[in-house]
Amino acid sequence: MAKKTLKEHRINRDWCKGCGICVALCPKHVLELDQSDKAVALRLEDCICCKLCEIRCPDLAIEVIMEEGERDD
Amino acid sequence: MAVTDYLRQRFFPHMWCPGCGHGTILNSLLRAVEELELSKNDIVMTSGIGCSARISGYVDFHSLHTLHGRALAFATGVKLSKPELTLLVPMGDGDALAIGGNHFIHAARRNIDITAIVMNNRIYGMTGGQFSPLSGPGVKATTAPYTTIDANFDVVKLAIAAGASFVARSTAYHARESTEILKKAIMHKGFSVVEILSQCPTHYGRKNKEGDAVAMLELHKTNTAKLGSKQLEENPNLVARGIFIQEERAEYCIEYGKIVEHAQRRNVK
Repeated sequence: MAKKTLKEHRINRDWCKGCGICVALCPKHVLELDQSDKAVALRLEDCICCKLCEIRCPDLAIEVIMEEGERDD
Repeated sequence: MAVTDYLRQRFFPHMWCPGCGHGTILNSLLRAVEELELSKNDIVMTSGIGCSARISGYVDFHSLHTLHGRALAFATGVKLSKPELTLLVPMGDGDALAIGGNHFIHAARRNIDITAIVMNNRIYGMTGGQFSPLSGPGVKATTAPYTTIDANFDVVKLAIAAGASFVARSTAYHARESTEILKKAIMHKGFSVVEILSQCPTHYGRKNKEGDAVAMLELHKTNTAKLGSKQLEENPNLVARGIFIQEERAEYCIEYGKIVEHAQRRNVK
């Protein structure tokens, strides 16, 4: 199984309501809320691309984009 | 197709409160539709009234935002006239089992091929936090300042007793599990009921001191256990998650089609 490599966290700041679910439930503490209470990905190198933030986001505001050709499915 | 391609993006950000579980359920449902590779044009979503019912405005399927509690009645009409369509009916706990209680049990009795999703946050959120038939005893609500004394329905038991042929339960916390269950429910030929526990941090959480959205989500994890798990066996007070019943039974539209055919044959003679 090829290791998934992260390209970026695409966070829609207009849709994010700053509930903090992604911040609290990320197993690697990659995300944080910034001064305007919007999610931002800070520790990108720790991201394991589990997509738990993406699938639990109630605002559908996060997308974890992975490198092309590195998909393990 | 990306999940956002199934949304009417012009209506976003949605009207649900920060941390509302309904958004996560929409997220899980869209993933199920995406993974099943269903065409937007083959799906009809009907909904009633309440926070949960606003979901039909956000999806780029055919949609009907109907009367309080009557989403299943409208869905029955759509399904009977066009049985080839996939019917998704998300409802709130009050919408499904108080106002729409009768429609719920009779749709289950007929075993019509509709997927009913009960987004259970145990409160009427939109109108200011009144208790619902799924709140259960000992809950604080606007209409129960000294806590409720009403027992709650068990959606799973009710749906099975009423005749639903697919009944399951999951939570907003278990988003991936919800998607898998919803996929099976949508593919099931017959009436499917999926109860998904949701959190209302604005009303239920605040009144009952359950904390913010994250704390309430964690409760979904600690208060539930998978069917057949050791955890559930050791602590039967936990709420069971999983698929409770999945069986093939005569489906209403197919039976109706047979009657139509029979009647037409008689008329020819």
